[in-house]
Amino acid sequence: MKQETVKAQMIETTYREAAKEAIRDAIKRDERVFLMGEDVGRYGGCYAVSKGLLAEFGPEKIRDTPLSESGFTGAGIGAAMAGMRPIVEVMTVNFSLLALDQILNTAATVRHMSGNQFGVPVVIRMATGAGRQLAAQHSHSLEGWYAHIPGIKVLAPATLEDARGMLWTALEDPDPVLIFENVMLYNMSGTLAADAGPVDIDKAAVRRPGHDISLITYGGSLWKTLEAATSLAAEGIDAEVIDLRSLRPLDDATIMASVAKTRRAVIVDEGWRSGSLAAEIGMRIVEQAFWELDAPIGRVCSEEVPIPYPRHLENASIPQAPKIVAAAKAVLGRA
Amino acid sequence: MTVPADKPHLSREHMLALLKQMIRIRRFEEKCAELYTREKIRGFLHLYDGEEAVAVGVIPVLDQRDHIVATYREHGHALVRGVPMTAVMAEMYGKQEGCSRGRGGSMHLFDAATNFHGGNAIVGGGLPLAVGLALAEHMRGGDAVTACFFGEGAVAEGEFHESMNLAALWQLPVLFVCENNLYAMGTALALSESETDIERKAACYRIASEAVDGMDVVAIEAAARRAVHAVRESRKPYFLECRTYRLRAHSMFDAQLYRDKAEVEAWRHKEPIIRFQTWLESNHIIHADDVSRIQAEVDAEITEAVAFAEAGTWEPVGELTRFTYAESAPPPAR
Repeated sequence: MKQETVKAQMIETTYREAAKEAIRDAIKRDERVFLMGEDVGRYGGCYAVSKGLLAEFGPEKIRDTPLSESGFTGAGIGAAMAGMRPIVEVMTVNFSLLALDQILNTAATVRHMSGNQFGVPVVIRMATGAGRQLAAQHSHSLEGWYAHIPGIKVLAPATLEDARGMLWTALEDPDPVLIFENVMLYNMSGTLAADAGPVDIDKAAVRRPGHDISLITYGGSLWKTLEAATSLAAEGIDAEVIDLRSLRPLDDATIMASVAKTRRAVIVDEGWRSGSLAAEIGMRIVEQAFWELDAPIGRVCSEEVPIPYPRHLENASIPQAPKIVAAAKAVLGRA
Repeated sequence: MTVPADKPHLSREHMLALLKQMIRIRRFEEKCAELYTREKIRGFLHLYDGEEAVAVGVIPVLDQRDHIVATYREHGHALVRGVPMTAVMAEMYGKQEGCSRGRGGSMHLFDAATNFHGGNAIVGGGLPLAVGLALAEHMRGGDAVTACFFGEGAVAEGEFHESMNLAALWQLPVLFVCENNLYAMGTALALSESETDIERKAACYRIASEAVDGMDVVAIEAAARRAVHAVRESRKPYFLECRTYRLRAHSMFDAQLYRDKAEVEAWRHKEPIIRFQTWLESNHIIHADDVSRIQAEVDAEITEAVAFAEAGTWEPVGELTRFTYAESAPPPAR
């Protein structure tokens, strides 16, 4: 517990509670909003995000669904087309593959394909990422795949403020928005303004200003990257840490401004390296800021394996602070 | 004498209207096939030849406030629903005056004005969408019905079963209309389903159901009246299986290696337009000149539609990415 948490206007909370408060606030603000998904009601949510909301809002607003990812995600899309503002919760990104038809072939296409006659203002939330020893069917980070798809927006809240604030703005958006919540963040505690509310969903954020190198990341990797930046600082390297926040669209301006300042970049992405979001960002830097660079761009991504169960192998599969430190030093020629 | 809500009104005007709608679809698509060979229409073109009685029997029973979800074989549904033939033909051409701005083509006709939520070209993909449209209606306490058309091929998809279950579980006002034409592209029903009596599948979801001769427009309308009435009153789903047959190839690329010509010929004798027309004539409800008048009216409408499509314009390439997202600015945080 940090001392500043006792400030009157601040509250101690967790990422999970912040996400729950966002849902509660949205349902209270707008009668068109409801939550549906597997075990969101009586069970309280796979990651307990919606615990208590059934008692508060009842089964119409907190709607338990059968194990029919395509069916209920499609139903959320249809309800959104008809004017509702559904929040669809999918337990994990791996399960969302069962709903991929509806997300890609319907939600992402309808506005363009119908000549702007119909839109799909749905929000689809899901857990992503490794770290809980859930092995190769519950641990992947496929948000970069989704960021490949025109017609949807992809968000990755990494902070309490964003867990609290992105949902409402996403619901206000006329197009489908996917929100990826890293499973390792749900228990993260910290302080949040008691009156914290909606935040923008189209800008990256500089989480740590620095001059020597830009570390560009998002979601669960943000905290590992900040940890790496602290280690680098101890070695006299002043790293800037960019939290992308939105994976589609990407905020190129913030990325390029940082790279123009530091002249070096490492991208940290829990997705697999080949064809990754990191690859996309790296290429954009090459296209837009090549002449600003003093060194080749570095990447820290997941190893190209299905995420394994044992702790030591799982840890070795995904980005960790020491790898980020090593990659930064390599780019700086200090390896 | 008043006609009960669930019974067809067998007036001469009504009979002529049914006949005209079926002829309208048939002639429109015959023109489309011709335009396809002339390369005015490209891509896939799936014709409804033989199945017209289904759309014509069901769709006029719906109200304006009701919703329709259709498949990629949906020209007939759009025309009967009231999407102007000019806009449909321009869409077939890919012109920006088309009902989907030319971006969807034959398989993706959309029309917000008539709650026509699109031709969906993913088999089974429209069913969850229909459930969602009905869920919104249920949550708002409205009484609109969502009619969802799909072929018997969709019955093999998981989305069919998920959607049937959700609609029944949540008691949503969906009218599921299965257009059973016996072939999923080239795969016969018996080769794809362990239970070929499609209507029976509704029972395991406790959904009321009925199977009807899909070549008999009057029987379909009668069944549709019962079905729409049941959905609107009970606020529960209903399953209507229309047993029909696709007389033409699946699409323009199909050599039809999977079925005998004799089988197609046998079904040709049952086709809905000649059957209905012959019945009307033999009962002296209509006369030969009624048919020729209808054909003349339809031909004039088609001529106008083709002229409209020909005169249509191509969307400028500069607008290629427009409407990938809404054009309003990103929402402010508030």
